Amino acid sequence: MKSLIIGVVAAAFTATVAFADSHAVRMGTEGAYEPYNFINDKGEVDGFERELGDKLCEIAGYSCTWVKNDWDSIIPNLTSGNYDTIMAGMSITDERKEKINFTEAYFPPDPSAYVSLAGADAEVINGNVAAQTNTIQAGHVSSSGATLVEYATPDETIAAVRNGEADAVMADKAYLRKLVEESGGELEFVGEDVMLGTGIGMGIRKSDEEMLAKFNAAIQQLKSDGTINTLIEKWFEMKGPY
Amino acid sequence: MGGTNRPFHPVLMFEFCADPKAIDGLKWMACYLTTPKHQQFYFSFLIVLALIAGTAPLVMLLGFCGAFMRRSAILPIKWLGHIYTSMVRGVPDIVFFLFVPIAMDQAFEYTRHRILCPEVTEPVYRGNDFVVCTAAKLPLSSSPQWVHETYGFILAMIAFAVVFGAFAANTIDGALRAVPKAQLETARAYGMSERQTFWRIHLPQMWTFALPGLSNLWMVLVKSTPLLFLLGIEDIVYWARELGGTKTSFFEYPHPDWRAWYFLSLLIFYLLLTWVSEKAFAALTRRVSRGMATQGGKDATAGNAAEPEIAGARL
Amino acid sequence: MSCSQAIADYGLRAIGIGLRQLPKSDITLCDQIVLIGSGMLWNIYFAFFAVILGFFFATFLAVCRASQSKLFSKPAEWFIFLFRGSPLFIQFFFAYETFVLLPRAGIDIPLGFMTVTIATGWLTKAWLGALIVLFLNTSAYSAEIFYGALKSVPRGDLEAADAYGMSGFIKFRRIVWPTLLRLAWPSYTNEAIFLFHATTLVFFSGFPAWRQEGDSLYYASYFAEKTFNPFIPYPIVAVYFIISTVILILLFSIFNRKLNRHLAPEKQTRIRYRPQLMR
Repeated sequence: MKSLIIGVVAAAFTATVAFADSHAVRMGTEGAYEPYNFINDKGEVDGFERELGDKLCEIAGYSCTWVKNDWDSIIPNLTSGNYDTIMAGMSITDERKEKINFTEAYFPPDPSAYVSLAGADAEVINGNVAAQTNTIQAGHVSSSGATLVEYATPDETIAAVRNGEADAVMADKAYLRKLVEESGGELEFVGEDVMLGTGIGMGIRKSDEEMLAKFNAAIQQLKSDGTINTLIEKWFEMKGPY
Repeated sequence: MGGTNRPFHPVLMFEFCADPKAIDGLKWMACYLTTPKHQQFYFSFLIVLALIAGTAPLVMLLGFCGAFMRRSAILPIKWLGHIYTSMVRGVPDIVFFLFVPIAMDQAFEYTRHRILCPEVTEPVYRGNDFVVCTAAKLPLSSSPQWVHETYGFILAMIAFAVVFGAFAANTIDGALRAVPKAQLETARAYGMSERQTFWRIHLPQMWTFALPGLSNLWMVLVKSTPLLFLLGIEDIVYWARELGGTKTSFFEYPHPDWRAWYFLSLLIFYLLLTWVSEKAFAALTRRVSRGMATQGGKDATAGNAAEPEIAGARL
Repeated sequence: MSCSQAIADYGLRAIGIGLRQLPKSDITLCDQIVLIGSGMLWNIYFAFFAVILGFFFATFLAVCRASQSKLFSKPAEWFIFLFRGSPLFIQFFFAYETFVLLPRAGIDIPLGFMTVTIATGWLTKAWLGALIVLFLNTSAYSAEIFYGALKSVPRGDLEAADAYGMSGFIKFRRIVWPTLLRLAWPSYTNEAIFLFHATTLVFFSGFPAWRQEGDSLYYASYFAEKTFNPFIPYPIVAVYFIISTVILILLFSIFNRKLNRHLAPEKQTRIRYRPQLMR
C-alpha cells in the first residue's frame, strides 16, 4: 500500500517535471490587425505573424499555441505570465524596451500613415485624429498638436473616420493599405508618412533570456535564407528589404 | 486568456459554401452566418449561460456565509461580515472585476511556487515580471488551450461570486430578520433546540422574504455578464465586436461595419433572457408564498416592488 | 509627501486643463491619486445630471405606467422593460453604434413655420451620448421604483384628498407625490448609488476618450497598464468611490429626514445601508 502511494506521488511528481521540460510556448497576439494577425473565418489566428511565428517555433524547437489578448493589456499579461511571447505587430520602442525585451526586428520599420475621407484637406492631420490606445501612433498624435481620439481596437479607429467622428486615423501603413484600396474611393491617404519605431519584433519577458536567444537565432536564420522576405511579399504585397 | 482551439469542432454547414466568392444573396448570408467563426459566436452564448448557472450556487454559498458572519456573536467575525458586504456595495463592481481575477491568479501561482519550487531563491517579482517556476504556472504552459480558458472562466466566476455574494448576504440577512419573532418563539415553546428551530422554522420561512431580493439579484447577475468581455473571456461581446467590424478581402466574407446589427442581436438576447427569468420568478414566488400569512403571502411582488434592494445595479 | 506639483499638472487633466501628456515613466503615487481623482469629475458629472434629469422623467413614466389608459401605460411599460431588461453595457455599445450612423450635418426637422436643425455631432461624445443613455437608464429603474411606491400610497390619503375636493394635478402635487417620494426614497437612494457606480462603464464601452480625458477608471486602467501593477490604481478608485458613496448617502438622508419630518418617529422610514426589502 505504502509503495503504491509512493508510486503515485512519484508519478505525479515526474509528470510535473515532464510538463516543465516540454517546450510549450504560448504566443500572445491581438488578432485584429490584418495582415499582421487576424482571426480568419475559421475562427483561427491567421496572418503574417501566425505563419512566421509557427516557422520560428519549429526552428527554435518549441511547440507553440496561439493566444488572443486585447491590445490594452497585452504587455501586462505577458509580464504576469499568461503567455510567453507577443507577436502582434508591436513596434520596438524605447518605452516598451524598459518593460520587456524584444527580439531583433522581423519586420522592417514601416511608415505610419494618416488616412481620411477622400477629398479632405491635408490639414486634417492636425484636427481630431483617431488611433488605437497605447500604440506608437497614439503617442505620436498626442504629442503632435492634434487631438487624439482613442479606441481599443484598430477597427474602431477606421470606423471613426468613416462616420466622421474623427478627421483622420493614424496607423501602420501596411494595415491601412488594404482598407484604403477596398473602400471604393471613400478613404485615402493624406499628409506625409511618418517613420516611428525601429521595426517590429517579438516581445519576450526580461527574465526569459534563453528564449530570447533562441528566437533571435531563428529570426536570423529565416532572414538569411529569404523566408521572411517571401512571407512579407506574400502578405504585404511588397518587397522586404531583408 | 482566450484562444483558438475550441473544445468543439465546427463543421461546414452547406455544400455550396465551398467558394464564398462565387455566391451571393441569401446563399451568401446563409454561408456567412454559419462560418466556424460564427459557430464560435453561437457557442459563446452557451458560455454566458454557463457562467450564470455556475455562479448562482456560489453566490448563494457566499451569501449564506456573509449573512451568518454578520449574525455572528463573535465581534471580529461580525465586523468582517459587515466590511465584506458594505465594501462591495460602496465600490463599483467593475473595479472588482478588473482587480479580483488578477489578484487571485497571482495569489494561487505564488502559493504553488512556494510549495512546488522551494529550491528557487530568486524573488517572484523581478522588475516588472511576475515569475514563478514552470511547474507552478496555473495552468501549466503545456496544458491544452481549453484548460487555460476554463481556468480564466473559473476566475471570472469567483470574481462574480464575490461581488454578488455580498448582495446575497444582504438579502439573506434581511430575510432572516424578517421572519416574525413569534414564530421562532413558538418553536422554542414547543421545545425545539436552537438548531431545530433554525432548520425547521427559521430557514424555510426565510425563503418567502428572500425571494424578491434574490430574483432581483438574479436579474442583475444576468445583466452583468457582458462584463466577461473585460476579463478577457471570449464572450458574446467579444465576438460581436470581432465579427461586426469591417472585413477586407483578407477574409473570405468581406463586409462593411455591421457592429450595430450584432449588438442589436445581443440586446434582443438579453431582453429574452430577462423576460423568461421574470416569468419564472413570478411563478416561483406564487408557489413559495402559498399559504403564508405575511406580506409576502398576500402579494409578494407588489408589496416589495417599492423597495427592491439592488434595483439600481445594472451594468 | 506633497502632491502640489502633481495637482498643478494633473488636477484638472480630465477636463483638459493641465499638462497635455499623461505621465509615462517615473509614475508616482501622487500622479495616480491626483489623476484618478480628476477623473472622478466625470463620474460625478454623469451621475449628477443623469439623476437630476432622470428623476423628473421617472416620475412622468411612473404616472404613465399607472395610468388607466393603455395608450399611456403600455409605452411606459415597454420603455421600462427595454432599459431594465438589458445590460447597460450593451446599451452603451448599441447607442454609440447607432449615434455614429446619424448624419453628421444634423437632422432637419421641418416644423412648418421654421426648420429646426438638431446637431447630431455631440451625440457620439461621451459627455452627451453617454449621459443620454445613463439618463434613460436611470429613468427606467427609478420609474419602476416610483411605480411601486405609487401603488402603495395609502387609499385613505387619496380618499381624504377627494373629500377635500382636490382633484387632478393638485391632488397629485399635494398628496400623491410627497407620499410616493417618502415611500420610494430609500430604494431611490440605492438606485442613485448604483447609477453613480455605473458611470465607470462609460469609457469601457463604445465611447472613445478624447485627448485622453476620461473618468477615474479610465485613468486607473491607464496606470495599471503602464506600471504593471493593478494593486495600486484600482484600490485608489475604490477609496474614491467609497468616500463619494458615503457623501451621497448623507445628502439623500438629509432629504429623507425632510420627507419624513411630519411623521411620528417610529413611523419614519430610514435610509439604511441594508436591505430595504422587509418593510
